[in-house]
Amino acid sequence: MDVEKQATLAVKSAEDIVRIRREVRSWAVESKFSLVDQTKIVTAASEIARNTLDYGGGGQLALEKVRQGERRGLRLTFSDQGPGIPDIQRALTDGYTSGSGLGLGLSGSKRLCNEFYLESKPGVGTTVTLIRWK
Amino acid sequence: MDQIPIMKIGDCLLVSIQVDMHDQLAISLQDNLTTRIVQTRARGVMIDISALEIVDSFIGRMLNNIASMSRVLDAVTVVVGMQPAVAITLVELGLTLPGVRTALDVDRGLALIRRLIDDEAGS
Repeated sequence: MDVEKQATLAVKSAEDIVRIRREVRSWAVESKFSLVDQTKIVTAASEIARNTLDYGGGGQLALEKVRQGERRGLRLTFSDQGPGIPDIQRALTDGYTSGSGLGLGLSGSKRLCNEFYLESKPGVGTTVTLIRWK
Repeated sequence: MDQIPIMKIGDCLLVSIQVDMHDQLAISLQDNLTTRIVQTRARGVMIDISALEIVDSFIGRMLNNIASMSRVLDAVTVVVGMQPAVAITLVELGLTLPGVRTALDVDRGLALIRRLIDDEAGS
């Protein structure tokens, strides 16, 4: 997979989430995503950014414009050095939450993307990767 | 800090969300709205989200909370103006907004609020 453009954004505060939404939107527009696809990737980014902040204690987002053959898309990699997720299977279940949310962040975001990868080690941190192809 | 204005029309309160919602703004809206419902003895709350480009689970939870709080304070809540792309995304996300009534636009929203209040009065 080729990376055509890359940026790193902090996920340290609620304002950062607003900034991330704006940035992902502008990259999705630039990549000529349809309005629905823009909305999906921005919503997924908002969900995962909030998880990174609330559960991971903050972290960062690597935003990339990628190309694979003829396909172009956006890859978002959120990483934190938080407590990690002890039970990934359960964390990916609709309605399950360890906090006060609705428990839709991970499972819902997965549905809004074409590719979704979750890596987590208790005590080390969590990395969530989202790809939305145009 | 910026705030979301709350307008009073008859016995309804109208909130039009024109800015990107962040946490603090959502919390202050809930506080202000509940205070205004009691102050003005409003029977209906209409929330216009036509300017919102996304509704994530955080904003969804805020809308749910407002609807629940209003109900306890004897007011009905109707959310109006959701953009089609937002509706599609919301459904895929799995957000169902139980307890939140919706209408396509402000006119229909007001009519729905009127009907809901009348229904309650009749029963």
